[in-house]
Amino acid sequence: MSHDFSRRDVFKIGAAGVVAGAAGGMLGAKPAAGAEMTFKPEQGAQLKVLRWTKFVDGDQLLFEANSKKFTEATGVNVTLEYQSWEDIRPKAAVAANVGSGPDIIFGWFDDAHQYPDKLLDVTDVAEALGKKYEGWAPVAQAYGTRENRWIALPFGAAGSCCVYRKSLMEQAGFTEFPKDTDGFLKLCQGLKKTGKPAGFALGHAVGDGNDWVHWLVWTFGGRMVDEKGAVVINSPETVKALEYSKELYATFIPGTLSWLDPHNNKAFLSDLISLTANGISVWVAAKKDKNPMADDIYHAPYPFGPVGRATELHLFTSGMLFKYSKFPNAAKAYMEFMLSDPQYTDWQKESLGYFTHTLNFYDKNPIWTSDPKITPYRDTVKRMQTNGHAGTLGYSSAAAMADYILLDMVAEAASGAATPKDAAAKAEKRARRYYG
Amino acid sequence: MSIREATVPARPEMIPQPSFVARLLNSRHFLGFVFMLPMAALLLIFLTYPLGLGVWLGLTNQTIGRAGKFIGLLNYEMLGDDSVFWLSVFNTVLYTTVASVFKFGLGLWLALILNQRVPFQAIIRAIILLPWIVPTVLSAIAFWWIYDSQFSIISWSLVKLGLIDTYIDFLGEPNLARASVIIANIWRGIPFVAISLLAGLQTISPSLYEAAVLDGASPWQQFRYVTMPQLTPIIAVVMTFSVIFTFTDFQLIYVLTRGGPLNSTHLMATLAFQRAIPGGNLGEGAAIASAMIPILAAAIMISFFGLQKRKWQSE
Repeated sequence: MSHDFSRRDVFKIGAAGVVAGAAGGMLGAKPAAGAEMTFKPEQGAQLKVLRWTKFVDGDQLLFEANSKKFTEATGVNVTLEYQSWEDIRPKAAVAANVGSGPDIIFGWFDDAHQYPDKLLDVTDVAEALGKKYEGWAPVAQAYGTRENRWIALPFGAAGSCCVYRKSLMEQAGFTEFPKDTDGFLKLCQGLKKTGKPAGFALGHAVGDGNDWVHWLVWTFGGRMVDEKGAVVINSPETVKALEYSKELYATFIPGTLSWLDPHNNKAFLSDLISLTANGISVWVAAKKDKNPMADDIYHAPYPFGPVGRATELHLFTSGMLFKYSKFPNAAKAYMEFMLSDPQYTDWQKESLGYFTHTLNFYDKNPIWTSDPKITPYRDTVKRMQTNGHAGTLGYSSAAAMADYILLDMVAEAASGAATPKDAAAKAEKRARRYYG
Repeated sequence: MSIREATVPARPEMIPQPSFVARLLNSRHFLGFVFMLPMAALLLIFLTYPLGLGVWLGLTNQTIGRAGKFIGLLNYEMLGDDSVFWLSVFNTVLYTTVASVFKFGLGLWLALILNQRVPFQAIIRAIILLPWIVPTVLSAIAFWWIYDSQFSIISWSLVKLGLIDTYIDFLGEPNLARASVIIANIWRGIPFVAISLLAGLQTISPSLYEAAVLDGASPWQQFRYVTMPQLTPIIAVVMTFSVIFTFTDFQLIYVLTRGGPLNSTHLMATLAFQRAIPGGNLGEGAAIASAMIPILAAAIMISFFGLQKRKWQSE
């Protein structure tokens, strides 16, 4: 791709797209499905799509309904296959390797960057969507592009926020959720005194564990690697973050070292903890079960540390189109369709705020303001950095996260199994194995 | 064959001898070889090839998405310098040794009890097998609740009884976590040992015990000099399998801890998976898996040869 594509371009395109977007449908009359499609599917095309098993019913329901709408509009049959989200990574890699499999796979994080040469160039789709829907969020662009071309279409993030009990926060002496790490620590110390402390996963919890420890290390200025890919995790900033984690851990409910992804949900809903980091699912589950606790559950973005800006990490998914697909245009049309309004709007709505969008236009999706409790999840994609921060995405960033290097480092320092300095040094040694 | 013989004049020395093919078909050795070929092919395709491929992958830098190059022993050199790998080796050896010893002791004990006349024998034996029949993932989930840091039934009971004040952090404290996963493995593995040994016990002729009683043997002496020697070959086989199952355990750990906390329950099998599949580094994962082979082979040799070569057996 000779087209030189910079971030600034995206914003320009995005700004130009505001008009088009506003006219697009969600806020006005909804266009007939498929009426504005840029890509013409091949004659007799069929698509096989592999995606994650639903986190929430509405997600799958609307995904299927939208796919059906696509079939009705284009005549292209779409077969949806589901896999547990963690199993998609190996499946997608094998498909890339052997050159056959689903036409589209919704992978996670840096999957696309591990085999970019096996993926269809989707710059045209991304540009068309960016133009129409006010541009892509910066992190979406980072996940979607490589060497100035788009290799995947960022689809959304299962964002996480601080989930807390307002009444207990007030008991701890806070009227609103702290915005900085100092206040956050004081809040946790106060919550401990209420008898219902905070609890953040420190076991090998792929989602919940990784999310919050990345925020923690980053917000103090720690980084796994610098822009050139040199390992810089063993830094004074990291040590500061680890010293902080130690103080924070002292306020946690006992047992967080063994916590996997479901533990914090269970503990929160059983009224044992008052603060954790999670997707919107805790609140949704409480509401669904008519648990009176639901009214007391609120959400807030992670507080800022010394770096003074948002440094979050969330489960991020992108649609990858493979070169081996016999129907590249149908696949492009499908992705364009699924990311377009009103399909995407409806899907987000029925997903109850589980998924944050990658295209700026969907900030206006009414779901985000339908309840102020949902609003903090609207901007999770804007607040996040890539998991390979500050280096490039690829094989090393994926391997380092899969090996829980950062998570183990924080768990070690927080629990006192190692001093912050030793934990950082150990993480550095482990990271060197991946970042050559 | 007949056409050839008709048109080509046979050399004199060939005449009294049957043809080469006929001779081959009459050879027991050749036929034996031919009849073994299908089985050999099966073994080659389904056992040797995957094993060989695994070992080969361990010598390459193959990642999931991309073909690798031969890099010799570099994976092993890098693992040699990896603290997590050595921790997993330690965990695996500890896990296998402790769990196998307990499974053998408790399994044998259970078998001896079941070998007595007990009412509802068949039903009781069937029930005993349950932990082994239930899919590991299911029993692992049961243990996941039992060991939960907030909802553990054990902690709850002990707190209610006033014996402890705080919940036990079964899977949160490294050594406690090791002990907890080992206990779960023992619970799961006992039935296999017990039922297999029970089968062995039932093949021992009662006349041996009668003779022993006539000679004035005490129950302990009967066990030591009749039961044990008769049972040894079964024990060898059962313990070999038990060691293999334990050494290569994966599901239990994966459900309970994913190798945490702080990698204190990571086994070589779980680490190999973590590095190879979610981590994408097939070569290194394969190297970890291959590193299990010598240790496993040694363990099997000990239990097999150490227990099987007995004088009475070769008579």
